[in-house]
Amino acid sequence: MTDTLIDDPALDKLLHRTDAAHPDAGDVAIQNYTINFGPQHPAAHGVLRLVMELDGEIIERVDPHVGLLHRGTEKLIEYKTYAQALPYFDRLDYCSPLGMEHSFVLAVEKLLDLEVPARAQYLRTFFAELTRISNHMLNLGSHVMDVGAMTPNLWLFEIREDCLNFFERASGARMHSNYFRVGGVHQDVPLKLLTDIGDWLDTRLPRLFEDAISLVADNRIFKQRNVDIAVVSRDDAIKWGFSGPMIRGSGIPWDLRKSQPYDAYAKMDFEVPVGTRGDCYDRFMVRVEEVRQSARIMRQCLNEMPDGPIASLDRKVVPPKRGEMKSSMEALIHHFKLYTEGYHVPAGEVYVATESPKGEFGVYLVADGSNKPYRCKIRPTAFSHLQAMDMMCKGHMLADTTAILGAIDVVFGECDR
Amino acid sequence: MRAPAPAYAADLNGATIAAARDALGTALVDARDAVGEVALFVTRDGLIDAMIALRDTPGLEYQQLMEIAGVDFPDRPERFEVVYCLLSLTRNHRIHVHVAASEETPVPSVTGIWPVAGWLEREVYDMYGVLFAGNRDLRRILTDYGFRGHPQRKDFPLSGFVELRYSEEAKRVVYEPVQLAQDFRTFDFMSPWEGAEYVLPGDEKGALPEAKGAPTQLSADQIQKADAAQTAKATATTPKTTDSTAQTGVGKAEPDAKPKPADPDVLKGKGEGK
Repeated sequence: MTDTLIDDPALDKLLHRTDAAHPDAGDVAIQNYTINFGPQHPAAHGVLRLVMELDGEIIERVDPHVGLLHRGTEKLIEYKTYAQALPYFDRLDYCSPLGMEHSFVLAVEKLLDLEVPARAQYLRTFFAELTRISNHMLNLGSHVMDVGAMTPNLWLFEIREDCLNFFERASGARMHSNYFRVGGVHQDVPLKLLTDIGDWLDTRLPRLFEDAISLVADNRIFKQRNVDIAVVSRDDAIKWGFSGPMIRGSGIPWDLRKSQPYDAYAKMDFEVPVGTRGDCYDRFMVRVEEVRQSARIMRQCLNEMPDGPIASLDRKVVPPKRGEMKSSMEALIHHFKLYTEGYHVPAGEVYVATESPKGEFGVYLVADGSNKPYRCKIRPTAFSHLQAMDMMCKGHMLADTTAILGAIDVVFGECDR
Repeated sequence: MRAPAPAYAADLNGATIAAARDALGTALVDARDAVGEVALFVTRDGLIDAMIALRDTPGLEYQQLMEIAGVDFPDRPERFEVVYCLLSLTRNHRIHVHVAASEETPVPSVTGIWPVAGWLEREVYDMYGVLFAGNRDLRRILTDYGFRGHPQRKDFPLSGFVELRYSEEAKRVVYEPVQLAQDFRTFDFMSPWEGAEYVLPGDEKGALPEAKGAPTQLSADQIQKADAAQTAKATATTPKTTDSTAQTGVGKAEPDAKPKPADPDVLKGKGEGK
């Protein structure tokens, strides 16, 4: 059978055959097309739907659709007492639960004008930094995995597993610790836990972490995927409401732990890393350095942590411990009143923001003098960062989306509330 | 302030209010310094100019818009309050700017000043139904596609109106009216005598509640100021002269102390008495 060319114009067009006489006869006119990135995409870090308009592989426009994990947390909090509202904060950013609790307890304490004992402040600082390490382990690991490296993620999850074990030993829960309380923390930690964390900070953390980071920090492929991707200038970072590692990556040394210290941070000695170019690689490296600084803060906490009460002694806010209730009638009454009616927060409104691992996490709390918040607006970090996706992605390739998303460090429990 | 809340430059509060009065002029309805935070109340029409002034005036310099929060007060003639939380990176200071609005009166959009306002305004619209004039993308953001109502309003029920499930028969997700197996219960734990409007004889004497967290008619700000006044008074008094052990002599041996005679009823421990 001879292979003859069938001369049919329709077939020519189908097979994009061209000839010299009609050079563009077979060209296909391409127009922009729209694709869905997510909501079920492993690199979308949860339930994010990006409606992307592409010109070939170049991104023209991104429209993020969020809210697929909206659970009405703010509405639920209005129906709960202040103590009952606290566990909801663990479930916002489930990668850094204590960072979320921190803003809320500080806001209520500010309205109550409540003193917190020194040991409680140190414990909160200490565990907030442990939260930062565990959060960054997840983010750094998934970021490198999004751009193609597998091994560092597995090694970093080793560290994260250690962190979760420490949380379990302190609070009883691996992830949703519910450990901070208005007035202090829920219970004291055993000395063995503190010494174990101290050993871990000196031996296991630096070895595993520096090993894993050495694989990617100077890696050629990793740099090709991240350097000069999604460059954000200082002005843009300010205009788009960036905070945390995102604003520091753009070269603005703004860290709420340093500039607006809360709890024991004023006594801590640490440095604030900043980026030079404002690209994804800078954001990554800012987080890497933050882990080292967090370890430094934790060591200082261990060295300086005083003895004493771990929660305010004000019995109208902090419930008594079980042992006390066995012998004291007054303690029993306080316990009953605090777990039914709860405490009353005097009328007023505050906006309290802390440096959560992902950026500025704020709580705008309106109290009306009753035992429930009148309004509790949560300021998520990812909301403003995700909004800038369109600005950051424009002109980049489709494959860069995952690197950009990974460098934002987005968790949808917090973004969607 | 005693609470360990984030310590920004709260000593600038007074200067900020004075500077804001100069810069905003008639747009500023009221300025308060409560619980250590500055709240500016601005008219709707003057909002844009006020925001630009707050951002650009030297001495105010609020470069960042961090948050727009809606609050619903159903009793007010204009029931919604839109709160803009601003942050100054250079002065290390925060304020909130309040604007009143109702369902029919749109608030001018600040997207021209801060692009971050786009989504924040969308959220307030979604949750409260406040309209923003000039926001070109005022779609719902957090609620479901095709959602009806504004869930954060105080008259919107906690359970909502519809629930959804996957239907095997229809092979798709179906929406149905909410059915609760048990009635929704809200417990009112407020004591009946605490909610009373009248003042019991003698109540007027106590400026402060008996303890933090106890029910009180006072606002957080009044308590903080009264507290500060009290602590100032308390620290002004001269301290007791015998406060330390060095002064009282506790724990020191008496000058002519002899070893105590052994108690015959106490057994000697291991290694003792050898």
